[in-house]
Amino acid sequence: MANGGLKDDFSLSITVGGDAGQGVESSGALFTQALARGGWHVFGVPDYRSRIRGGHNFFQIRAARRPSLSHSDPVHLLLAYTRETIDVHKPNLAQGAAIIYDDGFRVDAAALEAEGFVPIPAPLTKIAEEHGSKLMINTGAVAAACGVLGFPLEPLVRLLHDTYGHKGKKIVEGNASVARAAYAWAVERYPGRLAYRLAEPGEVGEKTQPSQPGRELMVLTGNEAFCLGAVVGGCTFVSAYPMTPATPILEWFAARERELSVVAKHAEDEIAAVCMAIGAGFVGARAMVPTSGGGFSLMAEALGMAGMCEVPVVIVNVQRGGPSTGLPTRTEQGDLLFVLHASQGEFPRIVLAPGTHEQYFEAGWRAFNLAEKYQCPVIVLSDQFLAAARKSLPLDALTLDGVSIDRGALLSATELDRLDGPYRRYAMTETGVSPRALPGHPKAVFTVTTDEHGEDGHITEEIDLRVAMMDKRMRKLEAALADMRGPDLYGPEDADVTLICWGSTVGPAREALPLLAGQGVTANVLHFTDIWPFPVHKAEMALQGVRRAIAVEQNHTAQFARLLRMMTGFQVNGSVRKYDGRPFSPQQIAARALVEVGARV
Amino acid sequence: MFDGANGQASGGTRRVDGQAHGPSSRAPNGVLDLKTYSSPYKPTWCPGCGDFGILSAIKAALVELEIWPHEVLIVSGIGCGSKLPQYLYANGFMTIHGRPLAVATGAKLANPQLHVMVVNGDGDSYGIGGNHFLHTCRRNPDITHIVENNQIYALTKGQYSPTSDVGFRTTTSPEGVFEMPVNPVAVALAAGAGFVARSFAGEPKHLKQMIMAAMQHPGYALVDVLQPCVAFNKVNTYNWYAERIYDVANDDSYDPTSLRDAWERGTEWGERIPIGILYRREGVPPYENYVPALKDGPPVERDLSARLDPELLERLKRAYV
Repeated sequence: MANGGLKDDFSLSITVGGDAGQGVESSGALFTQALARGGWHVFGVPDYRSRIRGGHNFFQIRAARRPSLSHSDPVHLLLAYTRETIDVHKPNLAQGAAIIYDDGFRVDAAALEAEGFVPIPAPLTKIAEEHGSKLMINTGAVAAACGVLGFPLEPLVRLLHDTYGHKGKKIVEGNASVARAAYAWAVERYPGRLAYRLAEPGEVGEKTQPSQPGRELMVLTGNEAFCLGAVVGGCTFVSAYPMTPATPILEWFAARERELSVVAKHAEDEIAAVCMAIGAGFVGARAMVPTSGGGFSLMAEALGMAGMCEVPVVIVNVQRGGPSTGLPTRTEQGDLLFVLHASQGEFPRIVLAPGTHEQYFEAGWRAFNLAEKYQCPVIVLSDQFLAAARKSLPLDALTLDGVSIDRGALLSATELDRLDGPYRRYAMTETGVSPRALPGHPKAVFTVTTDEHGEDGHITEEIDLRVAMMDKRMRKLEAALADMRGPDLYGPEDADVTLICWGSTVGPAREALPLLAGQGVTANVLHFTDIWPFPVHKAEMALQGVRRAIAVEQNHTAQFARLLRMMTGFQVNGSVRKYDGRPFSPQQIAARALVEVGARV
Repeated sequence: MFDGANGQASGGTRRVDGQAHGPSSRAPNGVLDLKTYSSPYKPTWCPGCGDFGILSAIKAALVELEIWPHEVLIVSGIGCGSKLPQYLYANGFMTIHGRPLAVATGAKLANPQLHVMVVNGDGDSYGIGGNHFLHTCRRNPDITHIVENNQIYALTKGQYSPTSDVGFRTTTSPEGVFEMPVNPVAVALAAGAGFVARSFAGEPKHLKQMIMAAMQHPGYALVDVLQPCVAFNKVNTYNWYAERIYDVANDDSYDPTSLRDAWERGTEWGERIPIGILYRREGVPPYENYVPALKDGPPVERDLSARLDPELLERLKRAYV
């Protein structure tokens, strides 16, 4: 049986690197998808700069027998589209790693060999020109990589047909020919000799199916998983201003506007985007605004409007490196305390911070339910790492299980027909949630205002009414607490060290656990997804057994650890923080956590 | 008013039920007249404020067009004039400073059945909201935009506005304004607006006609209303305007469908100020007509339970295999 010798925890990392404009990300996406079609679980992370052409970009892929939660270092195969790529990535290559590059590059192969690598100069340009066109060089490169890895060609060729089918036969056939030629070249030259392969030594081609046949995997980015969640959550309106790394969400809906009947509006700026969504939410659409930190900053005043007027709206902040323009294409968790406090005064808001593709999908529909149930803005706080990571998932990882469309205290036309007496939009209730009518019914004609107001929505400055209205609005937070989930615990319940994290750091943190165990440190992960209203009681319960707590965060000031202390009095014993814009790898977390705990191993 | 069961105040949850939550086309019992639009709240404007005339004209236009209060949504910003939605009986949303056009656009796209009107001041429209003004002109949603243009910031007690004339002395321009004023008509024309009119708060009949024409125009329609501020603008008074305005409708040679004519008159300001329909473009459908998602009717009337059809999710997921 093929691959019987590869262990369950087998994992191999591949990097595709080159200049911006060379198609690094599309190569990475192609490779990732081909691997998944071949049955491998994949996790792909793009790393690119804020420019259209020039500058080094790369895409790191992890192929594993089991689902991965993050990318992993070191890298076992480097596909270098420029000579510079080799120098940039050498420090992150495993001993014995293969380096594929065009044989036209002036590279000192002997020197690479002396350093313990396997240089593979390949006639990529020649093959592309002979069998298709020079533009197809990346296809050949990916195919050559498949060849040296012992991965079958067939999934790649099938994928090329699916990907380029709409571009015509000539392009499809050209790409397929280039792939076949490059693959044949690689298999002939490197027949199972490399240390790191997706197959047993000696195995090549078709025999190397790693997992059960028929087990289909989809490969999608975090943002794409979120979009699917928003669709099943009944989203009918998206407005946004393009901002990396949130732009793909608007583009996703714009491409499917006709098919899904969701308004996808590219607005003139972020203030307009959020105001449009608030206008749409006010009249009854399930509206959302994807943005990043800079756009969210512009939306701060309107956020307060949604809070004051009790309009349901979903704002997605896909965080990137700040401050200001910062690191526009990179990742960070620097906006946590900002989104919790943005806009003047006090009003209820709900903040969700999904950590995985599955949770991001779930946030897609949960956010709309929470927004309508509590008639307030809901902020989904993700980041570039989660948003752009391409992950393989079995189809049943994203399902309708547990999905509902809960419109809360929304009054139907029939209910409004039966209304006697004037409609009061802000009627006082025990939970603070007032029965909500949408404009358009003859029995519920009403005004709302960002000024303080009475039950009928008219401006007031009367003391008792002001206090009662503040109390009414803020009561919604107490009610919403029932819907907030406590942290999830991963790893052994009884552990010496607990890594406390929120949002996307959960993936690499969980992957760090076996690495820590290998160093003799028993550790677990406590992961928060529901940030506000802060689930104080659930957090306190979860923290009871914690012996040494290390906060793991992609920011400078351990913002979540500060929030945790503010809300529970619990103080972490140390923190592993990263603010270089690059996502944590499990290895980085493990190494730095060991330092934090002063491990005696 | 609401019992617990009806009001759902106790937080009971409902799955989506396909019940219509959208507007009803049924007219309420009774006659539609000015009283229909009466609000129990009295305006807080200064006696003699031009906003009174604008409020009356809006009510009269709505009655004459046979639009019921539940069919209209009036969106305003912040400022004296933006308090207007509080003083008539209709759906209203007083938003934040400068943003009503964006809020109104979202509301219109989500429910095109509503008659959406924006009422705000010159600072709100042409100052802080200038970007939205520019882009709403070119976008052309079916929104009627009435600007109470008093050439002053009144609610903050007398600072110069984007439309204040050069030399105008205020608390923030003690030596007179040095900046060129915004000409809303010229800006709207340049930005691609399809309907541009000007009127005067002291000419209620004319104002009502302009508002009616704007509401009947399919697409974005601007009515810039010269509105005296009796408290803080001692220059641009009722008399000042009355002495200068003239109606282009009285000029037989004037062709409001000609952009050239509109530009010529629209840029006129000073000794003579043209009012009336300065520009009207015909045959261009409003923005909503081009929005693919609106082909299936108002988004607010979607049956959201269709999203829980397993086949939909399956189809979307298949694209990633």
